[in-house]
Amino acid sequence: MTPAAALPLDRAATGAVAPAFGWALARDLKLAFRSRAELGVQLLFYVIVVTLFPLATTPERTLLANLGPGVLWVAALLASLLSLPRLFAVDFADGTLEQMAGSPWSLPALVSGKIAAHWLTTGLPVAVLAPLLGLQYALEAPALWTLAAGLLLGTPILSLLGAIGAALTLGLRGGGGLLALLVLPLCVPVLIFGAGAVDAVRAGLGAGANFSLLAAGLLIALTGAPLACAAALRIALD
Amino acid sequence: MTLEAHDLAGARGYAKLFGGLSFHVDAGRALAVTGANGSGKTTLLRILAGLSAPSSGAVRWNGDAMAPFDPRLREAVVFHGHLHALKDELTTLENLASLVALAGMRAAPDDLARALDDVALTRQRQLPARVLSQGQRRRVGLARLRLLQKPLWVLDEPATALDADGAALLAAMLDEHLAAGGAAVIATHQPLALPPARCATIEVGTARP
Repeated sequence: MTPAAALPLDRAATGAVAPAFGWALARDLKLAFRSRAELGVQLLFYVIVVTLFPLATTPERTLLANLGPGVLWVAALLASLLSLPRLFAVDFADGTLEQMAGSPWSLPALVSGKIAAHWLTTGLPVAVLAPLLGLQYALEAPALWTLAAGLLLGTPILSLLGAIGAALTLGLRGGGGLLALLVLPLCVPVLIFGAGAVDAVRAGLGAGANFSLLAAGLLIALTGAPLACAAALRIALD
Repeated sequence: MTLEAHDLAGARGYAKLFGGLSFHVDAGRALAVTGANGSGKTTLLRILAGLSAPSSGAVRWNGDAMAPFDPRLREAVVFHGHLHALKDELTTLENLASLVALAGMRAAPDDLARALDDVALTRQRQLPARVLSQGQRRRVGLARLRLLQKPLWVLDEPATALDADGAALLAAMLDEHLAAGGAAVIATHQPLALPPARCATIEVGTARP
């Protein structure tokens, strides 16, 4: 038997934030890339839901333009919700979460990395696709750009709030349904200000106020959600 | 370096499993935890590793009382349980690298490959972890255990699913770890192949509160 490979210990590791965030982000992105079919399913779901409304309701342009922003936001929320139950459940089942909680690194930072990966794989593509899909609702260029910008600001909030729900319902039977019940009401303000921004631009008012409120919500969620998630995960592991 | 348990009691939900456990594990010594199935061995180990809260009593590491998830305990302990934290989508080597990094350590690619050679997983290096057998998954855990070189090992039935070679490897690793001044707490159904001077045994679940 050859002697064990000795390793220098990284003494700065305890409670480290940046490497923990990077580790979780890189690992989750790699895992998502290795199972890209699942990502495709989420995006396709989003595209189909958005496309169903013009087909099922009316071809009338003004009506569609009124309907569009709300439909795109609700579809973005549902697409984000689709992958949320798996956010912590897979790591919980295979023991990774146990090792994350027992790691010398900061658990909130690890959780933040996972949430960032969730947003990059669901929220970001949804926001990028939005202007294209918005064309079906006869929205003008300024409204389309406002929609995409609003989604860029708002979808991280959906990921952050959703992660709290996912952590709280971890290990529960039928947690997916409960997760939706917990998260959907919390996302109402995001939907109101996000869809409201597009309406404001179409009415010629400018989206500044709505964007400020979305950005404020994002800052609050960014500071609070990782801590809340870490606390909930530790309870789930106990 | 000492791990002390003072009047520990553990429960799972409303079911009390054990109570009044006091012991200490010093550098270079191992503690074997025995007991019937469901007697609370895993619960005790999780409490000692700082992953669960005891229902009463205290865990002390080097004399300081440790709350669950205390950073000092997280720095010192490696917990090796029934779950191996392997990702099916990643290769064996990627899994090992990822787990070593998560424990706050750095390993050169050569060291990682050598660690897998040591546990006879040379051919499985580039294979996705989903094709590994139970015993091979355990062996990845052993490679991680040895690479991390943490002072305290908490092992939950480490010999499960290992073949004779694997069990011999585990015994050799344990020997090496204790000789280097490490400590270990091991839940086991088989007696440990260690001299009595290096090993104490505690039975869980006999003295119910």
